[in-house]
Amino acid sequence: MKRETLFELAWMLPSLALPAAMLVAVVVTAFGAGIHVPTHEGQVDPNALGESELFAEPGVYQVGPGEYEIRFIARTWSFEPAEVTVPAGAEVTFVGTSADIVHGVIIPTTNVNMMLVPGQIARSTVTFRQPGTHPYICHEYCGVAHHTMWGRLTVSEPEPDPFTDNERRVQP
Amino acid sequence: MTSANTDVRVDDRLTLYFVAVSLVALFGGAVTGLMQGLEHAGINLYTVAQPVIKSYYHGLSIHGVLNALVFTTFFICGFVPFLFCRALGRPLANRKLAWGTFWLMVVGLVMAAVPLMANKASVLYTMYPPMLAHWGFYIGLTLVVVGTWLVGLNMALTYRGWRREHEGERTPLAAYMSLATFAMWTLASLGLAAEMLFMLIPASTGLTATTDALLGRVLFWYTGHPIVYFWLLPAYISWYALVPKQAGGKLFSDPMARVTFLLFLLFSTPTGFHHQFADPGIHEGFKILHMIFTFAVFFPSLLTFFNVVASLELASRLQGGKGLFRWFASLPWGDPSLTSQLLAMLIFVPGGVGGLINASLNLNLVVHNTAWIPGHFHLTVGTAVTLTFMGISYWLVPLLTGKALWSRKVALVQAWSWFGGMLIFSNAMHRLGLMGAPRRSMLGSVPYALPEWSAVLPFVGIGGTILFISSLLYFGNIVATVLHKKEAVVEVPFAEAHSGAEESPKALERWGVWITVAVVFVLLAYGPALMTLLSRTSSLSPGFQVW
Repeated sequence: MKRETLFELAWMLPSLALPAAMLVAVVVTAFGAGIHVPTHEGQVDPNALGESELFAEPGVYQVGPGEYEIRFIARTWSFEPAEVTVPAGAEVTFVGTSADIVHGVIIPTTNVNMMLVPGQIARSTVTFRQPGTHPYICHEYCGVAHHTMWGRLTVSEPEPDPFTDNERRVQP
Repeated sequence: MTSANTDVRVDDRLTLYFVAVSLVALFGGAVTGLMQGLEHAGINLYTVAQPVIKSYYHGLSIHGVLNALVFTTFFICGFVPFLFCRALGRPLANRKLAWGTFWLMVVGLVMAAVPLMANKASVLYTMYPPMLAHWGFYIGLTLVVVGTWLVGLNMALTYRGWRREHEGERTPLAAYMSLATFAMWTLASLGLAAEMLFMLIPASTGLTATTDALLGRVLFWYTGHPIVYFWLLPAYISWYALVPKQAGGKLFSDPMARVTFLLFLLFSTPTGFHHQFADPGIHEGFKILHMIFTFAVFFPSLLTFFNVVASLELASRLQGGKGLFRWFASLPWGDPSLTSQLLAMLIFVPGGVGGLINASLNLNLVVHNTAWIPGHFHLTVGTAVTLTFMGISYWLVPLLTGKALWSRKVALVQAWSWFGGMLIFSNAMHRLGLMGAPRRSMLGSVPYALPEWSAVLPFVGIGGTILFISSLLYFGNIVATVLHKKEAVVEVPFAEAHSGAEESPKALERWGVWITVAVVFVLLAYGPALMTLLSRTSSLSPGFQVW
């Protein structure tokens, strides 16, 4: 074998192994550690959100013991609701959609980072361990006042769990 | 049928026109870019710029469209056919088509630029219905895309003529890479073309009342990712076919370079969902499939790294370079064209590493749509591509005009200041992104700023200012080159190869087979996902103008 060919192989094989190893790592963390990305969660008519089961009354819902859903609507240039509170330690699922154009939502330093596309339901689940406040920020360009579109999430002290049977709206 | 003029220099003027348009666009993008950087640092120039630039987002739209779409496309449509013709030793097959294509693209550019400058198309450079720009913007950009297809067609016709007279020969490397680039782009641009023709143009002209937001995003990103390879591959062509010669050596392996470009043809397009990892409505399985294809593209990039660095090392050792890494310092750093491109390569290393993070399904959750992303692509398109194109222009403009470069010293300062400015700018943007600062936002004025952002934001302005000064040095040098009197005769620095073309497998030349394989990969990656999307009950939105 020519010397050049050996050099080529000595580079090419690790060049294949490196991306392959990274792929495995990503898939293992997705399914092993449960770090998932938004997926298909169903659709909703953006022109009739008032009639939809999920988005007729946006707010914080307790859906199980220590489990909450924040059902929210993004519209140019605000979130509804714009202020929410959840207890520390609870499993919180953001369930959102857009009423007009494409928006997005990110909560810095958490895994909540998803697009809000009119017609599509987006979900992301997170647990806040410490009491405090977090901004939720629109991170897709949505017009001239895009940078003013945000909301405030407050994480309160953990509460004794009052959940009984059915889901209930706790805010606003 | 023979061409009336067989002189390969017959259309140098056409190349010059394409390059001139591209540099005017780059200048417009540089001015608006400076304003964005300063805004992040707390200096708001938009109140002063009111008569022309109505808002941060108006300026940002101009910056993105001029730099990422116009500068790149026009430079590529000038430079790549130029190099292709020199490599084959024959002019483009159809001169009328070539000039007609240029003017078609200029008409398209003007059609898009008028609403863009008039604040009627402040949608940034992404096309996400139901946000809709003025129809002129979409029709104009569509004409520019059609122009790129005609450039590719002319190259294909030229190749057919060459092939008839050179049966059984290997295509010269630069011509091979040029063909692969335009074949890849033609396949990759179909998504954007479909979005334009079936969604954006009908909706913006009022022919249809509603659009599907998710389908629009899917079609956009079908083109939106491989378009970065359309920008990058011409820079690679220079790194492979020319830079080894400029460094005083030869290309390490010609066959490996061909395989690299073939892999780009196969794997560039079925990757778009990695820009939509955070999108609802697309199943996670489809996203994983596209992630695998995206990682596959990493392989030809690593091959490029090896082949180009090996060529540089051999070149340096020929001239007395020593040591495990010290040889890198012994390269001819006094040549501004080479220096620009070496610095572009250096910057591409962190650019590539960041790209792997973006392509990783769940790691992307940390960085998606944050300032990290513009931080990333200013390393790739903003430096690996742009600084390479600048480096190319340091020999190409003298070649085309017959004038010597006005100042090598200024050109060297320009290259290094771009490198330094970009390190500062991009580092700040990456850090802001990791701290959750959103991209494409007027970060100097947001009501939700986190306290830890404030220490980093000024560096966006400092880096941006250095980059702007660097661009002024660049434009000044180019204009002075064209205007001054000192003449020069410049040759295209084609490199020979240590391991030459004759060692490459003949199968690499079977374009029909490889393009078919590329199409099959696209059908595998997009077919099921598109069928699912189209079969769902649609929930359509009316169009909106929001600026």
